[in-house]
Amino acid sequence: MNKIVEKEYFSERVVKLVVEAPLIARSRRPGHFVIVRCGDNGERIPLTIADADIKAGTITLVVQAVGASTEAICALRPGDCLTDVAGPLGRATDVSRCGTVVCCGGGVGVAPLLPIIKAMKASGNRVISVLAARNKDLIILEDQVREASDEVIIMTDDGSSGRKGLVTDGVEEVLRREHVDKVVTIGPAIMMKFVSLLTKRYDVPTICSLNTIMVDGTGMCGGCRVTVGGKMRFVCVDGPEFDAHQVDFDEMMMRMKAYN
Amino acid sequence: MAPRDDAWREELRQALSARDRSAIARVVMPALDPAYRITCNEEVNRGLDREQAVIEATRCLDCPDPQCITGCPVSINIPGFIKNIQRGDLHSAIAVIKATSALPAVCGRVCPQEKQCESRCIYNKMKKEPVAIGYLERFAADTARNEAATDAKAAPTQREASNGIKVAVAGSGPAGLSFAGEMARRGFDVTVFEALHEIGGVLKYGIPEFRLPNSVVDAELDSLRAMGVRFVTDTIIGKTLSLDDLLADGFKGIFVASGAGLPRFMGIPGENLIGVMSSNEYLTRINLMSAGRGGMTPVASGRRVAVIGGGNTAMDSVRTARRMGAERAMIIYRRGLDEMPARAEEVRHAIEEGVEFITLATPVEYLGDERGHVTAMKIQRMTLGEPDESGRRSPVPIEGAVDTIEVDEVIGSVGVSPNPLIPSSVEGLEVTRRGTIAVNEAMQSSLPVIFAGGDIVRGGATVILAMGDGRRAAASMSD
Repeated sequence: MNKIVEKEYFSERVVKLVVEAPLIARSRRPGHFVIVRCGDNGERIPLTIADADIKAGTITLVVQAVGASTEAICALRPGDCLTDVAGPLGRATDVSRCGTVVCCGGGVGVAPLLPIIKAMKASGNRVISVLAARNKDLIILEDQVREASDEVIIMTDDGSSGRKGLVTDGVEEVLRREHVDKVVTIGPAIMMKFVSLLTKRYDVPTICSLNTIMVDGTGMCGGCRVTVGGKMRFVCVDGPEFDAHQVDFDEMMMRMKAYN
Repeated sequence: MAPRDDAWREELRQALSARDRSAIARVVMPALDPAYRITCNEEVNRGLDREQAVIEATRCLDCPDPQCITGCPVSINIPGFIKNIQRGDLHSAIAVIKATSALPAVCGRVCPQEKQCESRCIYNKMKKEPVAIGYLERFAADTARNEAATDAKAAPTQREASNGIKVAVAGSGPAGLSFAGEMARRGFDVTVFEALHEIGGVLKYGIPEFRLPNSVVDAELDSLRAMGVRFVTDTIIGKTLSLDDLLADGFKGIFVASGAGLPRFMGIPGENLIGVMSSNEYLTRINLMSAGRGGMTPVASGRRVAVIGGGNTAMDSVRTARRMGAERAMIIYRRGLDEMPARAEEVRHAIEEGVEFITLATPVEYLGDERGHVTAMKIQRMTLGEPDESGRRSPVPIEGAVDTIEVDEVIGSVGVSPNPLIPSSVEGLEVTRRGTIAVNEAMQSSLPVIFAGGDIVRGGATVILAMGDGRRAAASMSD
């Protein structure tokens, strides 16, 4: 049982939870995820860790209510407990110094992107962050991203914040303007697919973080398999980050609809 | 314990001649009716009653040089416990078993006795059916458990005085539990760390309740708790806690029993279609997550389900599919029925439950609809050629013999690789080419503080072999 010590609504369906998990707080690195379960009959849900506080013994999770299980998690209040939190899982992000890094995130993808932005900056990279959402209200963690980035570009579908356009428009603007050494993209699969297609044209190495269907999350069920460079890979143990240019996003998107 | 030359055993041997004893027919395990059992998840085998058990125990000739013991991976004193059943001393019977086995109620149900103890029974040489050792083991364990539940005086397993030495176990499957029981008995302070939210490993997520009820596993866990074993869920050794964390916490030895991991896939077209999955995924959804049975986890419930493989996991999957409502549940196996590695009882039960066996066939492609759901599979017909290194005749494709079968769910049960989490996260741990942890005779790894056993060492084996590893590791670590 892991107690929720803090809760904040980023939007109607997106919630930030600060959860007691001292061991995970100590051992997690940017890019890691946890498996969370709410209720004795609950599903095991993979969630990327957005932040951690070793002293307080907490981790931060950002959850979007998209189904019964995530709705149940979002409905929890401070003082309530998650039934299980297991992790940290997956491989950590390579945040070594490489020069200029564009970190682009869409929707709740900005939450797992934030620790990567911070770590990229801390290792001496120039970090340009591109945040995108449908409208102003759905842009999350903007202040924290600004604090950790050299430059921030906001893109909204309706132009209610930043500029009107898609995340790819913001990324392409940077690619046109200057040399970029690496792109990191986290968000909906369709967004990552188009970012990947774009950066391939510019020949910029690109990392994506995948959040597929999983059951155990520990390398046992094979439900999270994706095709990367023509080979079968498992998101939970080989990922969650992969070379975006090698990922078969169409197959991944198809598989994510298995239970819709 | 229970030496053969005890007066009471001599008396039992004298009471009835070997000829009379061998004339008794082997007991038939009472089982639920197939038509009923596919409507539910209840345990199929009901267990022997006392009278049946005593008669079956009487069949045992109490040989001077019992070979059955040599067929048991944990060397249970088989005639010792059977003769105690015959004379009606069930406390002694279970004590004899527990002296070397931590999970008798589990082994009595899931061990392949026909390949182990029962295959060495003297009756085989006499062209008679062997003594039903597995049934009797289950009887002794179940009776002891039921009595313990109603009788507070029932003695817990004997343990030596605490020595205060802390040892850790990674994984709570059969190898980990067997190790934990052995070490607790020797007075060690044992903590078992489990990655999942449930204790029991494959006994919970893998083996279905119709073969091994969770209540049976839970009772075995309770008896380990009563011996002082601590269980911690949601903790992944190598991730949540590193080796250094454990050493800093004062653990003096670590037994890695993290089990089988990644399911194998065949690398054929269409394997990533929706509806094609591993048996690990299928069984975990249903057994661990109660999918389709009140849990929030979804699972596909196909009408025409093909299960690829011929092992116990394949049988567990196909029989589960029948229970989940499949009208057509098929085993697709590349060799013949006789070469199948599954237990004979599982195959028989599956046939009774209406499972179709399509043998000498292997899938070569899965076909799907525009939404990516599997709709059919192409199977290549095979014939048996020369024996391979395992001694079984290897399947050879018959040229041009390819058929298409309509399916809406495919469950692959063609093996697993070792779980990669610990091998990949503990520096300096020697790993074999197959990804298993390399150990010596004493089950000790290249890092002296780490021992390992079960599927993480074997790559894929049985409950009892895993338990044997746990026992061996405990013996060498405690020295």
